[in-house]
Amino acid sequence: LSATAEIPKEDGRPKWDNKFQYILSCIGFAVGLGNVWRFPYLCQIHGGGAFLIPYFIALLFEGIPLLHLELALGQFLRKGSIGAWNTISPYLGGVGMGSWVVSILVSLYYNTVLTWVMWYFINSFQEPLPWSVCPLNENRTGFNEECYESTSVNYFWYRKTLNITPDIAESGTLQWWLILCLATCWAIVYLCTIRGIETTGKAIYVTAIFPYLVLTIFLIQGLTLPGATDGLIYLFTPNLNTLKNPRVWLDAATQIFFSLSLAFGGLIAFASYNPTKNDCEKDAVTVAIVNSMTSLYASIPVFSVLGFKATTAYWDCLDRNIISIINEFDLPEESIMRKNYTSWISFLNSSYPEKIAGLKLKSCNLQEFLDQSVSGTGLAFIVFTQAIILMPGSQAWAILFFIMLFSLGLSSMFGNIEGVFTPLLELRIISKSAPKELLSGIICLISFLIALCFTLGSGSYWIDIFDRYAGSVPLLVIAFFEVIGVAYIYKIKRFSKDVEWMTGRKLNLYWHITWRFISPLLLLIVFMAFVTLQMQKPPSYTAWNPKYEGFPMKEEKVYPPWVQAICVLLAALPCVCVPLVALFHRVKQKRRSKDPSLVPPEVFSCQGPNS
Amino acid sequence: DAQNAFKVRISIKTALGDNAYAWDANEEYLFKAMVAFAMRRYSSKSTTQISNVLLCNVTDRVSFWFVVTDSSKNVTTVPGSEVEAAIRMNRNRINSAFLLSDKTLQFLKITSTLSPPVEPSTPVWLIVFGVVLCLIVAGIIFLIVSGIQKHKKKNKESTERENLEEKVEVTLENGIPCEALDLKAGHINGIFAADDERFTSL
Repeated sequence: LSATAEIPKEDGRPKWDNKFQYILSCIGFAVGLGNVWRFPYLCQIHGGGAFLIPYFIALLFEGIPLLHLELALGQFLRKGSIGAWNTISPYLGGVGMGSWVVSILVSLYYNTVLTWVMWYFINSFQEPLPWSVCPLNENRTGFNEECYESTSVNYFWYRKTLNITPDIAESGTLQWWLILCLATCWAIVYLCTIRGIETTGKAIYVTAIFPYLVLTIFLIQGLTLPGATDGLIYLFTPNLNTLKNPRVWLDAATQIFFSLSLAFGGLIAFASYNPTKNDCEKDAVTVAIVNSMTSLYASIPVFSVLGFKATTAYWDCLDRNIISIINEFDLPEESIMRKNYTSWISFLNSSYPEKIAGLKLKSCNLQEFLDQSVSGTGLAFIVFTQAIILMPGSQAWAILFFIMLFSLGLSSMFGNIEGVFTPLLELRIISKSAPKELLSGIICLISFLIALCFTLGSGSYWIDIFDRYAGSVPLLVIAFFEVIGVAYIYKIKRFSKDVEWMTGRKLNLYWHITWRFISPLLLLIVFMAFVTLQMQKPPSYTAWNPKYEGFPMKEEKVYPPWVQAICVLLAALPCVCVPLVALFHRVKQKRRSKDPSLVPPEVFSCQGPNS
Repeated sequence: DAQNAFKVRISIKTALGDNAYAWDANEEYLFKAMVAFAMRRYSSKSTTQISNVLLCNVTDRVSFWFVVTDSSKNVTTVPGSEVEAAIRMNRNRINSAFLLSDKTLQFLKITSTLSPPVEPSTPVWLIVFGVVLCLIVAGIIFLIVSGIQKHKKKNKESTERENLEEKVEVTLENGIPCEALDLKAGHINGIFAADDERFTSL
C-alpha cells in the first residue's frame, strides 16, 4: 500500500482544478451587471473623465485592501464565511452570519433580474423585434393608447414584460411567462452549482470569458455607428468642478465597494478552496485591477451606442420639424435638409413668425439628448433595446447583448450561491452521506419559491427595494466589522504572520496602514454619509401609471408605512446578526463561568486551519 | 367646396429615393384616372369620367386638392363620404399605381385601416424557451446520474478495499508482523536473561 500524501492537511475539501479557474471565478463574481450599467452612468453624471480620480483613490484605499483581507482570510482558515468568523472569534461569528443572510437576500432578487434578461433573450428571435412595434388597439384604427403615448420599447418593458401595477400596494397577479423564465433561470443556476465548485469551475470558463468577447464585438460595431464619437467625447470630457461635490466621492466609494462584491462571503468561500500556500496578495490586486479595467472597457461600447441613439433621436427630431415645415409651406421635398435647417428656420421665422409659432416645433438639441442619462434596468431594457432596433441586423445584436448580460449576471450568481452553499455544507445541516446535489437542489428550490413574489405585478418595485436596502447598507456594516475584527481582535501582527506564511514574503507597509486605519475610517465615513443621504428625504419610488396626468413621465410616490418597515427590516436583519451572536456568546460564557461543574471549553480557539 | 374636396400630399423622393419620378401632367392624368376608376368600382355605375375629377392648387410639395363632379346631376360635386369610401376600398390599387404607400400618398382626411403585425400561431418565444429548457433539464439529469454512478463506484471501491485490507490484516506488533518474530525471542530479552548468574539471588 502506498504511503498517504505528504501534505498533513489533506482534509478531503474540494479544490480548484487550477489557479486560473479560481482567479476567473473571483473576476466573474466581481464583474457583474453593475460594471455595464452603473459605472458608465456614474462617469457620465459626475463629470466624465474626472470621476476616475475619486474612483481610483477609492480602489486604492478601500477596494484592494478589503479584497486582500477577504481572500487571505478564506485561504488561511479554509472555511466559508460563518466558519471562518467563528474561528477568528465566536463573538465575531455574527459577521459571518450577516454575510450569509445578505448573500441569500441578494441571490433572491438578482436571479429575477436575470429572468428579465432571459425573457428578452428568448424574445429576440422574432422578426421584427417585439419591442419595435406597437400593437394595434381593438378597432384597428390606431395603436394601443398606452404604447402610443410612451414608446413601443417602454410599452414592451412595462406592460408585456413586467405587467406593472401603478402602485406597490397593488400586488397584481403572478405573470406566468415570468414564472417560466424564473424556473429556467434557477434550473440553470442549479445545473452550474450542482456540485459546488466542481461544476461552477467548469461553467466559469464560459460565463466569465464570453462577456469580454461580446463587449469587443460591440466595441467594434459601436465605434462604426454614426454619432458614436459624440457619445464618447461626452463621456470622457473631464469636468473637474464636479470633484467639489462630496456626492461624487461617496458614489465612487460605494461603486468600488459594491462592484468588487465585498462582504458577501462568496470571496471567502472561493478562497477557502485554495491550497494554503498561494499568493493571495497578487490575486487580490489582479482581481481588483481587472474589475476596474472591465468597467472602463465596458463603458466605451455603452457610450458609443448611447451617442448613436442620441444622434438618431436628434436627427428624428429635426426630420419631424422639417416635414411639418415643408407640409405647412408646401415647399418641394428635400429643399430643407438637416444641414441648412437652421438657416431656413431663421429665414422663415423672420418672414412668417405666426405660422412658425403655430407649428409648435420642438427645439432639437443634441446635448439634451446626450444628457438623458439612465442607469440600471432602464439602460439595458429601454435605452439599449431602442438603440438596437436602429442597428442593421437587430436580432443578432439583441441576442448577443442579452446573452452577454446573462453571463455577467450568472457568474456573479455563482459567487452569491457559493456564499450560501459553503457555510451550509460546513454546518452539516444535511448528513454527510447525503450528496451535495441534494443540498444545492434544496437551496435552488426554496429560493425559486420565495422569488415567485418578484413575478407579481409589483415585483419590480420590490426588487428596487431589495437592491437599495438589502444590497447596500448591510454590506458596509459587515465590511466595517470585518476590518475591525481582523485588525483589532485577531490582531494585525498575527494576521500578517499568517499571510507571510501563505505568500512567502513580508507584508508591505501599505497593507498595515490601510487595514489598521484608512479602510475602517473610510468605511465609517461612507456609511455615515450614505445613511445621512438616505434619511434626508422620505423614501420614495417612481411608479408607471398610465392614468397619471404627466404620463409618460413616471409618478413619484412615497412608500406606505408597512413597506418602509420592510425596508428597515431588510437593512437591519444582516446587521443585527453581529451584535446578537456576540451577545449570545457572552451570555453563554457568563452562564458557564457561573456554573463551576461545567468544564469551560476553549472559547478562543487558537488553532489555525485545522479546527 | 371644402367639404367634398380632399387634399392630397405626395412624397415621391421619400418613397423612391433615386428612382423618383417627376410629378408632371402625365402623373396628374394617371391620378385622375385612378380616382375615376375608384368611383366606378365603388358605385358600380360607369358614368364617372376622367374629366369629372378636378385638380387644383398643385404645389411643388407635391400637394393638391381634388373634387369629383357628377356630370349626370348638373355639375355638382359628389359627396365627400362617397369619395372617401371609394378611395378607401381601392387604396391598394391607387398606391401601387404610383409605387407609393399609405404614408407617402396621403389623403389628408381619409384614415387608413392599419394592418395588424404578423403573428405566428405559436409565439416564437415559447419555442425558443422550450429548446432552452430541454437542454437544461437534460444537463441536470446527466449530472445527477453521473454523480450517483460515481457515488456507487466509490462505495463499491471502498467496500472492496475494506475486504482487501481484512485479508491482508495481520497482527502487527510494533510494526513488525508477528509471524516474522520468533515469539520467544521477542518476549524474552536474551541479553538480560543470559547472565542468570550475575543476578544476586534473593
